[in-house]
Amino acid sequence: MRILNIIVCIKQVPDPKEFSKIAIDPVRKTIVREGIPSIINPLDKNALEEALRIREKYGGKVIVLSMGPPQALEACKEALAFGADEAILLCDRLLAGSDTLATAYALSKAIRKLEPYSLILCGNETVDGSTGQVPPQLAEFLGIPHVTRVRGIKIIDDEAIVESMMEYGYRIVKVKLPAVLAVVKEINTPRILSVFGIISASSKKLIQWCVSDIEADIDMIGLEGSPTRVTDVFTPEVKRRCEVFRGPVEETVRKAVRRLHEIGVF
Amino acid sequence: MPFDFTFTSEQEMLRKAAMEFAEKEVAPKVEWMDETGETPIELVKKMMELGFGAIVIPREYGGAGLGHIARIAVLEEISRISPALSFCLQIVHLGQAPLIYFGSEEQKKKWLPGMAKGELISTCAVTEPTGGSDVLGIQTTAKREGDSYILNGRKCFITNVHISNMHGVLAKTGEGPKGLSFFMIEPNTPGVKPGRKENKDGLRGLNTGELILENVRVPKENMIGSEGDGLRIALTAISNIGRPGVNGVALGIIRRCLEEAAKYSKQRILYGKPISELQAIQWYLTEIYLDYETTRLLTYYAAWLRDKGARCDAENAAGKYYSVEAAVRCAHKLIQIFGAYGVMREIIPQRLLRDAEVLCSAAGTQEIMKLVMFRKALEYAK
Repeated sequence: MRILNIIVCIKQVPDPKEFSKIAIDPVRKTIVREGIPSIINPLDKNALEEALRIREKYGGKVIVLSMGPPQALEACKEALAFGADEAILLCDRLLAGSDTLATAYALSKAIRKLEPYSLILCGNETVDGSTGQVPPQLAEFLGIPHVTRVRGIKIIDDEAIVESMMEYGYRIVKVKLPAVLAVVKEINTPRILSVFGIISASSKKLIQWCVSDIEADIDMIGLEGSPTRVTDVFTPEVKRRCEVFRGPVEETVRKAVRRLHEIGVF
Repeated sequence: MPFDFTFTSEQEMLRKAAMEFAEKEVAPKVEWMDETGETPIELVKKMMELGFGAIVIPREYGGAGLGHIARIAVLEEISRISPALSFCLQIVHLGQAPLIYFGSEEQKKKWLPGMAKGELISTCAVTEPTGGSDVLGIQTTAKREGDSYILNGRKCFITNVHISNMHGVLAKTGEGPKGLSFFMIEPNTPGVKPGRKENKDGLRGLNTGELILENVRVPKENMIGSEGDGLRIALTAISNIGRPGVNGVALGIIRRCLEEAAKYSKQRILYGKPISELQAIQWYLTEIYLDYETTRLLTYYAAWLRDKGARCDAENAAGKYYSVEAAVRCAHKLIQIFGAYGVMREIIPQRLLRDAEVLCSAAGTQEIMKLVMFRKALEYAK
């Protein structure tokens, strides 16, 4: 199969190195990002790297798709500097406040406009939200298969043989293309931006789309179109406690395990 | 050009790329470099592959043409992790400078694309045992013989000499200030021999050594400019590229001092509280911070002037003088903050001090910087 477009979904997120400076707006329950530098979500960089490698091997075009405020243009420019062929930013005030479902819907509407495509690559989750929900939701909206926690991809004809990480070990999944694959960091080491990549980025196509461009139903996007409601955001209180069990080993272990069950550890 | 203190998105991407390269690839080698004094050739190659060697080469000759602000941003980020490797890169740029500023169209087309790709790395060999600050004291000669010049002499303290395949050489073709000329010696030219490797106290892992020239035949086409232009070429290259390059390296050292000082003073507990709560330590931190901000302003201001095409010899000299003095005193203060730990070989403060000290004589001594600034100061007589 000739690889056509590879779409890589990226998100601009606060730099994890600066997480200690992040505050939560007590009223709106949102992250206060002012003064926090932004980066491309680290796993999205792995997804982009994989797309570039697939392009090098099988051909095709790498199109980066992001949704965010105008500042996210910087992330798109950076993706172009890494080697993506085109970048599209979905940027519209109507999209503000979208939860994962509304985001996946909006992305799917944009992707419909990019057909035909062979592959959609995403980071498995982002460092800010960490839900890992967007890739599967995106696949559902598009009606195509998806695999999460992907650490290896081989393309054979119109299928991908994918290694998907599990808690212990990994499974091998054969998936029909096009598909959404959500990658983990083990898949590759993203390249470092090169000077020539940076200067070539300015001559590449960087497009901004608004909601009307993707013909999205406005009832399904933004805060209004999001079924998720954040009722509170707080730092969980971790209470340390210590209990000492004494006696013969077997009996003591049994006691300790019983106690751990009682307090709900497992 | 508006007075703007923000990086363009290209400059910011470049800064981040340099930071990532330094933190991921350079950092694991720093201790080995300091211990052995060996140059990490593979890192130099990687820097060239990433295009850091092409930053100031104009785009029409295969370079990136990103300018001096971008260059300083890269040097600062690499120096924050390894001042030695940052200095290596700044001399790669210095080796290109005579060509960029004075090369003929033919010479630029011949060598600059290879330099941009990192296939050609040139030294800028000026200093000799008898001539450093007193440039006219050099003894290397270039005697005309038909369509060539025959070069003989011995250069010293030449950065990158053992890892370069080209050499830019200042040599005597006559007497006095107009008796110096500048030549590019191409790879594999017979008679060119790198000599002894210097065992420096700081910037270990930065290659420094002698360049021996024995009856080296250089075609007259390889002369930059005309006979007698050598002094102007060498001094312009050193002023426009060499000195701000030192500023960039010093800036990285000062920033590292600030980071290490802040981190350690928050962690180290004395009298039951972090030492950052002791006023003596607070003042050290304040002074290091002030030196960092002042050095940044001087360094980036001079780079901004260069990017505008303005002459900035005095500003570069001021930047070089201040940044190096500041790097030395900040590293010294960092040692005070660390106490006895500060002078232990396996902990960073003492290395930063050794690295900073090496910068004092690089690209012109501090006393020469004062002379350059003095000339500018006199211009204020109304």
